Amino acid sequence: MSTVYHDTKIENAKVELDNVGVTYGSKTAVSGVALRIPDRSVTAFIGPSGCGKSTVLRTINRMNDTIDIARVSGSVKIDGEEINSKSVDPVVLRARVGMVFQKPNPFPKSIYDNVAYGPRIHGLASGKAELDAIVETSLKKAGLWNEVADRLDQPGTSLSGGQQQRLVIARAIAVSPEVILMDEPCSALDPIATAKIEELIDELRENYCIIIVTHSMAQAARVSQMTAFFHLGDLVEYGPTEAIFTNPRDQRTQDYITGRFG
Amino acid sequence: MTSADRQSAVQKRLLKRYRDEARFRAFGIAAIVFALAMLALLIGSIGSQAISAFTVNELTLRVELDAERVDPAGDRSPDSLRRGSYNGVLQDALRAEFPTVTEREDLRDLFGLYTPLVAARLLNQVADNPDLVGQTIDFTFPISDHADLYLKGQITGRESEVLAGGFTISRADGRATIISEAGVFAAVRDAVRADLDLRADAIEARAERYETRSEAAGDAARSEQSSQDAEAARQQAAALRALTRDDGGDLELTPQLPSRLVRIAGGFVSVDAISADGRSVSGRILVDGDADTAASAEVLTLSVPQADRRFSDAQIAWTEALQARGNVSEGFNTWLFTNADSREPELAGVLGAMIGTVLTIAVTMALAMPIGVFTAIYLEEFAPKNRLTDLIEVNINNLAAVPSIVFGLLGLAVFINTFGLPRSAPLVGGMVLALMTLPTIIISARAALKAVPPSIREAALGVGASKTQTVFHHVLPLSAPGILTGSIIGMAQAMGETAPLLMIGMVAFIADVPSLSLDGLTEPATVMPVQIFLWSDGAERAFEARTAAAIIVLLGLMITFNALAVFLRRRFETRW
Repeated sequence: MSTVYHDTKIENAKVELDNVGVTYGSKTAVSGVALRIPDRSVTAFIGPSGCGKSTVLRTINRMNDTIDIARVSGSVKIDGEEINSKSVDPVVLRARVGMVFQKPNPFPKSIYDNVAYGPRIHGLASGKAELDAIVETSLKKAGLWNEVADRLDQPGTSLSGGQQQRLVIARAIAVSPEVILMDEPCSALDPIATAKIEELIDELRENYCIIIVTHSMAQAARVSQMTAFFHLGDLVEYGPTEAIFTNPRDQRTQDYITGRFG
Repeated sequence: MTSADRQSAVQKRLLKRYRDEARFRAFGIAAIVFALAMLALLIGSIGSQAISAFTVNELTLRVELDAERVDPAGDRSPDSLRRGSYNGVLQDALRAEFPTVTEREDLRDLFGLYTPLVAARLLNQVADNPDLVGQTIDFTFPISDHADLYLKGQITGRESEVLAGGFTISRADGRATIISEAGVFAAVRDAVRADLDLRADAIEARAERYETRSEAAGDAARSEQSSQDAEAARQQAAALRALTRDDGGDLELTPQLPSRLVRIAGGFVSVDAISADGRSVSGRILVDGDADTAASAEVLTLSVPQADRRFSDAQIAWTEALQARGNVSEGFNTWLFTNADSREPELAGVLGAMIGTVLTIAVTMALAMPIGVFTAIYLEEFAPKNRLTDLIEVNINNLAAVPSIVFGLLGLAVFINTFGLPRSAPLVGGMVLALMTLPTIIISARAALKAVPPSIREAALGVGASKTQTVFHHVLPLSAPGILTGSIIGMAQAMGETAPLLMIGMVAFIADVPSLSLDGLTEPATVMPVQIFLWSDGAERAFEARTAAAIIVLLGLMITFNALAVFLRRRFETRW
């Protein structure tokens, strides 16, 4: 089934997916996905549960490698470089492509150590002062600094859900990624925490290429510039968010955004 | 169904649910109470037996270290000291306490109050300090196990009665006759008659049993035999009854009757005859007194007849006399914790076995923990899931169920016969126990690793940690408490194991304390459970209490071990 593309010129494509397919054992999760995702913008993946949007997201930092039975085909390029090639170390890749998960998952360590972990293992800081600086900027960028500045040594798990999610974002930012993947980052949060995260996403857009998977169409409409609609393992429609929501061209997209299914 | 019907149906159902819940709780509480009661019973019975082994009676003698006897060459060199006769010196010291004991047999009994092995301690003391030669020193050593048990009241019941009224003592030929003008021995006479009656009753009861057996017996020969036995018993009983009749003659005490010792004027007489009028008793002098008259006398009644015990009346009298003179003192049994095994219970200790256990468990821990934990990490986190790893997993689970003695056989065949490692060594014991505990550790460590939430792994991988970093920075620390618990359970299991050590020669009599060092790993040693097993089989009665004491020590070791584990676990948990 062919995908409907709204004719938008994407010149500075950060991430390019071409004919991407993922199978789990004998089951095909997604197939034939082709996408050009612009830099310094928010791209939302929407679609009903089980449509493969998270699976596609996870191909971008090769998280599917950690699942034994998962097989990825096709090409995924970041800045024109194929990331599935043997010469790319997934560890290095994941330093470039940060990820935020559905449930806040801070390490059971101090707030400081949570943020400092990435820079430490990648050797990004050459001294304590530098590391302190990275932690501070990351927490500031994640909008958490004011709330935790005086208790950096407390466990990250002692924060509230929304704070934990922002801590996790700070942790991702700390390794200065180029792309940030967010897999339903607000689904476990209350509306106020969600609003804060959305605000944060909007700010981060200025420096990063953000790809967000969300169940909430309202959220997609609020935060994203581009939207991709997935259905039953296919990319159905891709285009500017406004166009997708006001003028969907595929019947399934229309049904979904008007709430007829999903 | 109307709403009222529904209501009542729900109500009925609800009552049943309440009942089910109450019943379940009652079962739970009953199970816990039962378990606690059993635990209390176990600890109580072992503890009550063990308590007497934690104290010991020690004998202090003034020992004259005569230069000629302890230092035959006269140069105070270790060689010369080693050839000295220290047992002879000890014997002399004991003879000095009881100068009237001269008969060979009596002397043998007297020297039975201590084990000659303590002479080695005296030698060591002198060898450490050769200046002692020629001096007279106070030497303290454990009294023999029988004397110790006697003093603890475990050999015979002992009743004491003080008689007053003035006594005169006449001595002749090692025998003494004690005369009381007031006839106070009548009470003793009556008590002996009562003893005789009791004995006659017991023998008559036996005769009756023989008779019924004779009637019930199928074949003639056996019936005849039983009726003969019955007849003999009847005659025996009649003879005893005859003794109780007052015929004006002396009442004789045989060794089959409870003994009576009279303590008078600082000496001891064992009574073997009481005059019919209760005015006099006579018997052998066991410890010589210092006067011919006395105002009072103490009669000791020993409920177990001399013929039924291995500690004679004379030995009891000597022990009593030594105690009265202040030569015997009861104290904490330090020997139990400073000695290795010994044939003599009073010198036997658990130190050797404790060190053996420490060495063995150290080897087990050093081998089983890293190998087990790393195996678990590899299998759980890194190994591909295929036929081969499935097979390995099944086999590890099977190994956990293999009887431990099989591991002992393996150790014998591989470590000792093939590799030529020494027998009875903690090194081999530890290796065998490590094999035995590995499956336990692997299985529990895998379970602990599996219990770490996948979100932590994703988080670590998400910021670019490698697989190894993810495991060692996050997964392993989080699973450490669980891994530790499993390992400790495995170690505790290994600590209580006897069977596999049977095969590699660690079930052995080892009288030396192994050194707590690397060298100790290859020296012969035994371990606590084996020591318990050996003592429980010991011929001497004093080993009974020591067995229980060793069990208490082992339990104490285990509790310490587990407490340490809990402490470490807490530390780990608070850090995270």
